[in-house]
Amino acid sequence: MHKITRTDAASSVVGLSDVHKSFGALKVLNGVSFEVNRGEVLVLIGRSGSGKSTALRCIDRFETIDSGEIVVCGHRVSDPKLDLRALRQDVGIVFQSYNLFPHLTIEENITLAPCSVKGISKAQAKEQARRVLAQVGLEDKLHQYPEQLSGGQQQRAAIARSLAMQPKVMLFDEVTSALDPELTGEVLKVIEALAADGMTMVMVTHEMGFAKGIANRVVFMHHGKVHETGPAAILTSPATPELAQFVGAGL
Amino acid sequence: MNLNLDFAAILERWPAFLDGAVLTLQLAFIATVLGTVIGVLGAIGRRSSHPVVARICGIYVEAIRNTPLLVQIFLVYFGLASLGLKFSAFTVAAAALTINVGAYTTEIIRAGFDAIPRGQIEAAEGLALSRAQIYWHVVMLPAIEKVYPSLTSQFVLLMLASSVTSQISAEELTAVANYIQSDTYRAFETYILVAIVYIILSLVMRAGFWLLGLVIFPRRRRLGTPL
Repeated sequence: MHKITRTDAASSVVGLSDVHKSFGALKVLNGVSFEVNRGEVLVLIGRSGSGKSTALRCIDRFETIDSGEIVVCGHRVSDPKLDLRALRQDVGIVFQSYNLFPHLTIEENITLAPCSVKGISKAQAKEQARRVLAQVGLEDKLHQYPEQLSGGQQQRAAIARSLAMQPKVMLFDEVTSALDPELTGEVLKVIEALAADGMTMVMVTHEMGFAKGIANRVVFMHHGKVHETGPAAILTSPATPELAQFVGAGL
Repeated sequence: MNLNLDFAAILERWPAFLDGAVLTLQLAFIATVLGTVIGVLGAIGRRSSHPVVARICGIYVEAIRNTPLLVQIFLVYFGLASLGLKFSAFTVAAAALTINVGAYTTEIIRAGFDAIPRGQIEAAEGLALSRAQIYWHVVMLPAIEKVYPSLTSQFVLLMLASSVTSQISAEELTAVANYIQSDTYRAFETYILVAIVYIILSLVMRAGFWLLGLVIFPRRRRLGTPL
């Protein structure tokens, strides 16, 4: 089912326009533009090295861009005077390698940022930790340490940790690439539930079947450019030979 | 060969040995606590993006690690004296040992910081934690955990090296021994006893670090893998 999405500028949560980025002599992003509206799920696909992860990381300013403009929840990300921490309170990001803090329990992992960044009380934060863990189906893991959890559970806990900051948009950077198919399934189910709740999301994934089911919009990146974009249907009937070859090879 | 050992004259001086051992432990304790603080700050300084700060911390580490402890002690001792500042031998000894061990600790803790995966810091940044909060909540404990055995060894070494401060008449264990052996003419027996006391002190320190590890690394305790 596709959600109804408005496309007026007011509902734009993430906007990239003509973004360029090089690592030394290597041009990674070569004029990338796309927009994500509130409640929308945008899926970035493409070959390794096509620039999709870099594009995603630019949204949260883990990479700085050379030219162009990025606006996220009203923050001008490309502005050198950007309040980085204000941006990152609005944006949640989940990585391929979970990156839970190993010395903290799952509860401590989740309450750390709400307590130290937002200044909410310990009791309130714990209450919230319980809620977000229930959301990802891990309420019984509150007092476990990350290493006691499976990869899939760790990734769900990492998602819960991000949710506890109540972000306006979530970024997922190949979050299932380190997981076997069964664990991948449990993580994707959590992401699906978030989408159904209306969370705005941008994700980089190689799970084409999943992308088809969840994407409001697909962006196919190729050589640092948006090569083809459209609804999830483009994955089944691509317009360009490059995307046809990519999904053909992927299925 | 006629080895004739007589500990009687030595053993009856046990209160003096005890005093010396206590003083040695006090020196070790002070230098360990302050050295850890210097080590953490020095490691942060060495990793600073500010080139002057990083350079100053680097010079400190290299200067200390490439000069003998005894020379450093004399530098502090005579340096303070020539500035007209009067301190007890104990204070000078504690200061010199702290400066010394701080440099080694800086290097050890820096290695711990460097061993924290980049992804940990990115995850913390993604959660909007500040730089100071990231150091304090995310980097510090796992970094120290990674190098805790090295730190323990370094501080035990420091306690043993504090014997050198007998040269400026700090009344620690070795100074007591020097004085007793010249009094009793039982040098070999004296140093056998002192060696045994140092071994005991080392074991006490290692046990102390093990217990401390149980407190500051609750995960290790919970998972049954204490350091």
